[in-house]
Amino acid sequence: MFDRLSDSFNGMFRKLSGKGQISEANVREAMEEVRTALLEADVHYDVVQSFCETVLEDAIGREVTKSLKPGQEMIGIVNERLVELLGGETQNPGIMAVSPGPTVIMMCGLQGSGKTTTCGKLAALLKKQGRKVTLVAADLQRPAAVDQLETVTQTVNQAVPKGAEAKFYGEHDKAKAYGEAVNVAVQVCKRGIDQARKDGADVAILDTAGRLHVNEELMGELRMVEKSTTPHHIFFVVDAMTGQDAVASAKAFNEKLKIDGVILTKLDSDARGGAALSVKEITGAPIRYIGVGEKIDAIETFHAERMAGRILGMGDVVSLVEKAQEEVTEEEAQKLQAKLARGEMDMNDFLKQLKTLRRMGPMKQLLGMLPGVGSAIKDLPIDEGQFDRVEAMINSMTAEERQSPKIIGPPRRRRIASGSGSEQQAVGGLVKQFDAINKISKQMAGMGAAGGMDAMRGLGAGGGMPDLGGMLRSKGSTKQVKRGVKKRKKKR
Amino acid sequence: MAMLKGVFGKLKRGLEKTRRGFVDGLRSMVTGRKLDDALIDDLEARLIQSDVGVQATRRLIERIRADYKAGKLKKGEDVLDHLKTELKAMWPEADRALAKATDGPTVILVTGVNGAGKTTSIAKLCATLRADGKSVLLGACDTFRAGAVRQLEIWADRLGVEIVRGQSGGDPAAVAFDAVNAGISRGVDVVILDTAGRLPTQNGLMDQLGKIARVAGKRIEGAPHETLLVVDATTGQNAVRQAEAFGQAAGVTGIFLAKLDGTAKGGVVIAIREATDIPVKYVGFGETPDDVEPFDPESFIDAMFALD
Repeated sequence: MFDRLSDSFNGMFRKLSGKGQISEANVREAMEEVRTALLEADVHYDVVQSFCETVLEDAIGREVTKSLKPGQEMIGIVNERLVELLGGETQNPGIMAVSPGPTVIMMCGLQGSGKTTTCGKLAALLKKQGRKVTLVAADLQRPAAVDQLETVTQTVNQAVPKGAEAKFYGEHDKAKAYGEAVNVAVQVCKRGIDQARKDGADVAILDTAGRLHVNEELMGELRMVEKSTTPHHIFFVVDAMTGQDAVASAKAFNEKLKIDGVILTKLDSDARGGAALSVKEITGAPIRYIGVGEKIDAIETFHAERMAGRILGMGDVVSLVEKAQEEVTEEEAQKLQAKLARGEMDMNDFLKQLKTLRRMGPMKQLLGMLPGVGSAIKDLPIDEGQFDRVEAMINSMTAEERQSPKIIGPPRRRRIASGSGSEQQAVGGLVKQFDAINKISKQMAGMGAAGGMDAMRGLGAGGGMPDLGGMLRSKGSTKQVKRGVKKRKKKR
Repeated sequence: MAMLKGVFGKLKRGLEKTRRGFVDGLRSMVTGRKLDDALIDDLEARLIQSDVGVQATRRLIERIRADYKAGKLKKGEDVLDHLKTELKAMWPEADRALAKATDGPTVILVTGVNGAGKTTSIAKLCATLRADGKSVLLGACDTFRAGAVRQLEIWADRLGVEIVRGQSGGDPAAVAFDAVNAGISRGVDVVILDTAGRLPTQNGLMDQLGKIARVAGKRIEGAPHETLLVVDATTGQNAVRQAEAFGQAAGVTGIFLAKLDGTAKGGVVIAIREATDIPVKYVGFGETPDDVEPFDPESFIDAMFALD
């Protein structure tokens, strides 16, 4: 998401570190690149101005020019300031618990920022923690918004079966056209919270209608909801793709409601997300959560340092490790590691790994978290279907074949290919790749991590490396994309 | 002329709803001032703050600076006229009308990222077409988002137009096919296809758009005749990516700039025009179906430079 900004910074730092001795003018020149990058990332003009001034002062004050590694020092300063601007590395306290319940969360924001979806994601997150949630449909303006929240509640219960059932409260008959239902939402919220209390819910989430910050009447309604329900949390939901106007809306919402947390949505887009910086600067409210995908569990706690790290192209290894921990138990991981070290991983293990990896999220998102990979894959079409095909192939193998893929000769290959609807070469390729992975992992175990990396690099240079990239850019997938383009061109 | 006046009046009313004391901010900013570097810097800031983007802003500002140095621009007012002429030239009159089918229903495919305002914009399109005496049929191809079909249904009900819907979670291309077929057999003038919001990063979903378009083209020659990308006026530079990606996936023929009734200026359409050749066709500026106008560069630029 912040990839392009990282690219700009990387370019700038490469330039700086290349120069033996740098002058103050060089630092200024570099700051100009930072400025452009931030503006292109949609950070508000004024925020950019003050950010660049502070960093410049800091850089000159710390005598970056005399440093042996000016580039690295500049990275340090920019990173430091960026983290600070994003709110610093504070602990997300999560959703508070109150007694007697329920804790009331009020969601607000512009139309289309993603409030209803985020309500569902938050509910799923809380349900995972074992809390009982009631979702209250207070958006009576947008046609079918009440229906949508009801469906979202069902999705939460299906996706997170454990814990107490999430409940829905809505009054379908109260829905009106835009502006006609002003203040009805206040009563719906009150009744919703009453119901939640009766049901013994721990948390009630109020999904209010999207509104423009300049609509006095509707902003007044929000204030009424706030006054009559005294929410424990007021979250402002912001689309990561928002431009310069993020400042105006955040300011207005904050003045009316004193928002105490920001949720940044649609970070799975390729938007550079500069709005995050602007909103934080204007409201002073911490960014608490980020929305990172279509699935109901695609919500994460916001981390300023990780975000800044991402900006600077340092990757987000911590997130990746956390994701992995959610999916794989320690014991499982150790078992597999031992097998890998002996070069004894079989197709069953491989399939299991593949499935686990895919449960963690789209491949592109996962790869983007690796240092240095972020910008490299941004334009790469990753064909998730390729992984389906690999799974299909393994599923078409017998138990014996899965345990020792070496026995797969031409007749077996033919059978697996027809069984999985793939080409024979594809099956052959998979077996070969699999064999190579086993060899490398055995080698790596023998050399220790550092030596292992060298081994991988060596293999890569020789062309025999079964690189993930190869899996991503299979012949089949590029062909398909091209075919589509051609057809369209013909038609027009 | 009377129609034009009405159009401008409506847009202005829309703007007045939100901007107390509509003044031509740029004019007041430049009037009586001598053109100098400070004024040019102010202009640059104003363009950036309107989401025009760094690249387009630099190009526009460099031109002004050159003309200023050459002595062609002297007063603040000169620069206003210069900028207006320059920006207006970006959207020639010719490409603002909706395309029409030569035979059978005209098919309009409506696309955009999540939350851009597709469904509301479709209601507005419907209202405009109905006002022109056209019969409209809606195809609810957003089978993904909960409540999306219902939302379109409610609009169809309110506006008195027909709707073809599919199963939740069903194949959107199949719904498109059914809608186009229904449009042909019922002899309607326009078929509008609503699609699920999607991000340019979701390759599978982007490919699906191409499929929907192809399916429509199988039944009616040249369909979809118009593929609109709905862009939220509050969007920043990612809108350029959206125009490129949706353009590639579905051959976007026009922008519907939605939500222009806030404080966002929607200047990103300038950045879009700088990077692509996609014209803006409509602007939406309110919640009711009547809050829509054909894009008019002149009033758009005036509004862009208005002070808040």
